[in-house]
Amino acid sequence: MAELAPPDSTLRTLKTPTRFALSADRGWGQRFGLAFVDLREGASLYRLIWALAFSEIKLRYRGSAIGPFWLTISTGIQIGAMAFLYADLFHTVIKSYLPYLAISLILWNYLSSLVVEGCTCFISADALIKGTRMPLMVHAVRTVLRNTIILAHNIIVVIVVLVVFQVKQSLFSLAAIPGFALWLIDGVFLSLLLGAICARFRDIPQIIAALMQVAFFLTPIIWQISALNGHPAAQHLIEMNPFNFILSVVRNPILGLPLTSTDIFGALGVSAAIVIISLVGFARFRGRIAFWV
Amino acid sequence: MTHLTAFNLSIDFPLYHSESRSLKKALLGKMSARFGVDKKSRPTVQALRDISFSLKEGDRLGLVGSNGAGKTTLLRTLSGIYQPTMGSLSMEGKLVSLLDPGQGMNMELSGRENIHLRGYFLGLSKSQIRYLEQDVEEFAELGQFLDIPVRNYSSGMVVRLAFAMATAFPPEILLMDEWLLAGDAAFMTKAKARVEGMVRHADILILASHSASTLAEWTNRLIWLDNGQIRADGKPMDVFEAYLPRHDFEELLRGQQMANL
Repeated sequence: MAELAPPDSTLRTLKTPTRFALSADRGWGQRFGLAFVDLREGASLYRLIWALAFSEIKLRYRGSAIGPFWLTISTGIQIGAMAFLYADLFHTVIKSYLPYLAISLILWNYLSSLVVEGCTCFISADALIKGTRMPLMVHAVRTVLRNTIILAHNIIVVIVVLVVFQVKQSLFSLAAIPGFALWLIDGVFLSLLLGAICARFRDIPQIIAALMQVAFFLTPIIWQISALNGHPAAQHLIEMNPFNFILSVVRNPILGLPLTSTDIFGALGVSAAIVIISLVGFARFRGRIAFWV
Repeated sequence: MTHLTAFNLSIDFPLYHSESRSLKKALLGKMSARFGVDKKSRPTVQALRDISFSLKEGDRLGLVGSNGAGKTTLLRTLSGIYQPTMGSLSMEGKLVSLLDPGQGMNMELSGRENIHLRGYFLGLSKSQIRYLEQDVEEFAELGQFLDIPVRNYSSGMVVRLAFAMATAFPPEILLMDEWLLAGDAAFMTKAKARVEGMVRHADILILASHSASTLAEWTNRLIWLDNGQIRADGKPMDVFEAYLPRHDFEELLRGQQMANL
């Protein structure tokens, strides 16, 4: 029975914190403190988050011959089918319209799934949340990461389109990188907030999904902003659309379209609002999420 | 210095019915309140009430009580999963909780993949993860099953895998729920040997169980939970005398005497 003896205690190297204290709600100071501890401990579990996100993609396509590249193919087919129809409807040249549509649509699908799946980030992890003490941030980041992996598969479509339609790339294209970093931050914080609210009110995910459909039509994705020339009222509305700012800071550099200071400050403003509101909301709801899921 | 202290712990469990949980109900609830209909306060279950105790190195606490008395809720609260509604909790020491067999496992992934996930969760290094994998492989005796999805396991195999994963690294504070005691006889012997070894190493043990003989054997303090409150707290045999029906207690006593002979 020697092999049944427990390993010697020098193996007590678990990284879990050895000191732990938790008390009933004591107001905002404690709430923010606990929220920041959650974020910090979540960040230290990056390997777990990475493995969880990858395993989800792997599972979804287990048994499929070309696996996640089905994502690439279905995006390619969707864009090909839409581009020729809409180019005709909008009386635009396919050579400039197709790259615009392809990149806008791929980026929008990413943004939209960040929001919609952010809503279910805690609900879908209920077993983990109720089974062990794990920073809740793990579930928010893993949702963002999973969608980013899906986006990475679609990059192939972007590259094919950029090469075939000879969209000129310059140093300005690199401006998409800080824009994308902004998206990642927004995605994580929005998931923390929406995930908590949706765990409490199970109708919200459907409402958000419907709102994202409306946003899809109100944001220049399948149509170009120049289509609004001569419609001052509509143009005004678009200038107030937060999704327009957010989308512009990544899309415009890739397509070589101008990036105005309104876009940049708009995107920064929207992101700051998301981060602040989400931090306050997450600090408020964090302790209740385990009861809600 | 390993210790664990619960001070006036209370947990209220919100009850959300499928209706009261929806946004519509919340909005309409506000509306009807405005119209003067008496506003229903949120229904809650008082899962735990004023639980206070303090454990130091060498303490082995048993929890008894009927179903729904709050044993599992207390274990979850001590694990830091639920934030108490009132009171506070403080501890020092590495804690491992064995709450339910499927805990933290992804049923779609293979046993081996789950072991790796566990390793990442614990923040283990590469060599430690290799050790964990080896140890679990030897102990759980799943053979080829280790490489197929956990969903295809029998329930006994899930218990074996979960138990092996949780006990590969001995903690300083160990929380266990009773599921552990369900398994085939051969595995039980093995598990008991391992737990006994762990109990000797773990500085603090908290065990919730319905098995009086197990508790009498493994614990040196017993808390009787009743409706979320501490009904009795003391030496195991003293508490059992009040908790168990007379006949069962005498049987337990006889068993103890037999073991001592």
